[in-house]
Amino acid sequence: MHDQDLSAALAEAVVDAAAAGRRLRIEGGGSKAFYGRQAEGEPLAVGAHRGIVSYEPTELVLTARAGTPLADIDAALAAQGQMLGFEPPGFGPGATLGGTVACGFSGPRRPYAGSARDFVLGVRLLNGRGENLRFGGEVMKNVAGYDVSRLQVGALGCLGVLLDVSLKVLPRPQAELTLVQDVTLAGAAIERLNRWAGQPLPLSASAWDDGRLYLRLSGAGSAVRAAATSLGGEVLAEDAAAAYWQGLREHTHAFFAGDAPLWRFSVTPAAAPLDLPGATLIEWGGAQRWWRGEAEPAALFALARAAGGHASRFRGGDRGGEVFQPLAPALAALHTGLKASFDPRGVFNPGRLYAGL
Amino acid sequence: MSAPVNLYTKLAAGVPEHLLLVETEDLRPYECDGLSAYRQVPLLVALPETIEQVQHVLRTCNELRVPVVARGAGTGLSGGALPLAEGVLLSLAKFNRVLDIDPVNRTARVQPGVRNLAISQAVSDLGLYYAPDPSSQIACTIGGNVAENAGGVHCLKYGLTVHNIQSIELVTMTGERLTIGSQALDSAGFDLLALLTGSEGLLGVIVEVTVKLLPKPQVAQVVMAAFDRVDTAGAAVGRIIAEGIIPGGLEMMDQGCIQAAEDYLHAGYPTGAAAILLCELDGTAEEVAEQMEQVQALLRDAGATELRVSRNEQERLLFWAGRKAAFPAVGRLSPDYYCMDGTIPRKELPRVLNGIEALSQEFGLRVLNVFHAGDGNLHPLILFDANREGQLHAAEELGGRILELCVEVGGAITGEHGVGMEKINQMCVQFRREEIVQFHALKAAFDPHGLLNPGKAVPTLNRCAEYGAMRVSRGELRFPELERF
Ligand SMILES: Cc1cc2nc3c(=O)[nH]c(=O)nc-3n(C[C@H](O)[C@H](O)[C@H](O)COP(=O)(O)OP(=O)(O)OC[C@H]3O[C@@H](n4cnc5c(N)ncnc54)[C@H](O)[C@@H]3O)c2cc1C
Repeated sequence: MHDQDLSAALAEAVVDAAAAGRRLRIEGGGSKAFYGRQAEGEPLAVGAHRGIVSYEPTELVLTARAGTPLADIDAALAAQGQMLGFEPPGFGPGATLGGTVACGFSGPRRPYAGSARDFVLGVRLLNGRGENLRFGGEVMKNVAGYDVSRLQVGALGCLGVLLDVSLKVLPRPQAELTLVQDVTLAGAAIERLNRWAGQPLPLSASAWDDGRLYLRLSGAGSAVRAAATSLGGEVLAEDAAAAYWQGLREHTHAFFAGDAPLWRFSVTPAAAPLDLPGATLIEWGGAQRWWRGEAEPAALFALARAAGGHASRFRGGDRGGEVFQPLAPALAALHTGLKASFDPRGVFNPGRLYAGL
Repeated sequence: MSAPVNLYTKLAAGVPEHLLLVETEDLRPYECDGLSAYRQVPLLVALPETIEQVQHVLRTCNELRVPVVARGAGTGLSGGALPLAEGVLLSLAKFNRVLDIDPVNRTARVQPGVRNLAISQAVSDLGLYYAPDPSSQIACTIGGNVAENAGGVHCLKYGLTVHNIQSIELVTMTGERLTIGSQALDSAGFDLLALLTGSEGLLGVIVEVTVKLLPKPQVAQVVMAAFDRVDTAGAAVGRIIAEGIIPGGLEMMDQGCIQAAEDYLHAGYPTGAAAILLCELDGTAEEVAEQMEQVQALLRDAGATELRVSRNEQERLLFWAGRKAAFPAVGRLSPDYYCMDGTIPRKELPRVLNGIEALSQEFGLRVLNVFHAGDGNLHPLILFDANREGQLHAAEELGGRILELCVEVGGAITGEHGVGMEKINQMCVQFRREEIVQFHALKAAFDPHGLLNPGKAVPTLNRCAEYGAMRVSRGELRFPELERF
């Protein structure tokens, strides 16, 4: 498919839907259709609104239309020795920039380099009135007006149709190396990860899975070698390392296989191992934990809250029920108010994030 | 005492009377922030000591429809904390305690009135620090930093305030207390933490902040490079970034600033240069040594006429001292100066500097430039004398024109100081009508009666219409694509 700007047609579709009281389910590449609650409405396809609008390697800024495949962006950046710092998962070949930002997904580099929202500099979006609005921009620092751009990250399209997104990009590290250590207990792994995170080490990813602790180091060659010596462990061959982190990011790793619902726990990094039956996979220096199984959602939400964070049913299970951690009443009311301010007639993705939103 | 008795009595029902100031001489210290050209004595100053008292003040004012302006240390440079004659000034000065330090999770929970530098000092023994370092860090508060999304010299590598906080406790205008964010790396629902950061006290009052702490880098070293042309210096910045190096800090000063700083501090700056770059590299010893070689080669190749690398910590601090004291140094050259805060794509630097020079000639006022070069944040310093008829006004107008130039090249009217009162007109240049309407709608979701810091940060449509008309009457429509309303 070729690059094209469909902003005007999309705006018209939104205006029509709002006037007719219809609701729209925004669809990019469909790779993340599994995520969130079951949204109502007719599909609004944005995948054909695509193309990199501008990319200035020396400015570290890229702007692309929301339907641009993530793979195209990765390729354009790689050609200049750069990358998306938050290492987003695609969860399928169709993944688009808009979907990635709307879901707010970040990969293994997140705790050490920043999240999707940390790299967003600006957006252009359609609000529920079909108005084409621009917030933020293509500069690193910009505090003019409220930060509506970062507000879109993880909002699952409930506040508008993303048209373009401007991102800060990063140079690829000069050197990268993965170490593996045998660590039988989750608690010991969590302790090590947090101790090291408090030291100036060039860590760029970490995971504990099935008694093995994986650590990725990135940076200047000399720094990576020095840290590898001080941390110790077996050095993983380059392709094996790349395959490991890729499997983790894309959930093709064996842990993620199976049909039971997949739960994501986002918790205080040093929180004790969660009291859950069976295996847990720990990422992000302890701050992101995965678990597969059937359980009462309320119990899991309580567990996450006690660990300083929140839980979400990432895949599977009943998508008519709550998928995301319920909000305190005052916060929920604020969400309703914000939604109404962007989308007064409730056109976009009704119910995808929370029932009634 | 001029405050209406009703307001005073109701406030005093929840806040001890010694924390409510009403006498003019007590109100005077609050009449302005760091932008002292704007002054206004408030109706009343409340200095609550507890979150319940903050809730009481806001609830009461909401009921009585009295506007409220929050204030941290009052170092803001855009008039954000400027009081309203008919409003309450809510000072967070009494909230000055570090509540909890969690060395394992690398966070600190602090009250909003804690000074920026005090956080790093409190955790220094643990080998940790709080990264954003505004030049005002000895004085400004973390609450004010969150409200402005403050930046500093090290933000290119370590991010702005928004990247370095984990959660806040917020009291809304209706007196409701909310936890925004969590103790994890993200939280459920909309990213309200990002929205609140930089909201200039218009959406809620921050009563607690949990900040992220980073391990102190093992080593830091700075190289100072002199250039005989400003655009060569600008191009050198692009070369460093293109090479894949993100320096800890990357700052530029122009000739006027170099001279002023040198006269003031004798940091050994090359006063003959058209511009200098200060490039700091930090990390492990190996990394810094490796990258310092690369950066020096790049700078030489990019046309640097002189390079000096700090040989020890003392020299590193000396190199920085000149930059950090640029404002007071410039202050010695002129009775008054006005600090602007625009951002631009870095490649536009030569064009913008030429434009600033032309404007400087046009207005007959000298402008010196310090520049967070790595992230495109310009701080032109306009020299003037407020005692000379019309100069303050000319300086303000020149400043506004510089910001409009930033917008013209694809930049923004403020990188870190906020819009406040100062840049309210330029908001009409940066944003279109529909965007401003959206901002107002968003605010109403938090503050339905528009009582928190009204008149700041987001202009009314009427104001934009007037400003548009004024610009037309000046006879030169510089942005013909701009809607007039
Ligand atoms: C010499 C000098 C150098 C400076 N250098 C820098 C720099 O390098 N980088 C930079 O970013 N800034 C800089 N500044 C600007 C200023 O220091 C920052 O904007 C700072 O964040 C303001 O903090 P404050 O506590 O003084 O806030 P104030 O000036 O008191 O308030 C600023 C704004 O925040 C709101 N506010 C304050 N506290 C709260 C709260 N608890 N809840 C809700 N709203 C609140 C106020 O209403 C106001 O709108 C500099 C200022 C000076 C004077």
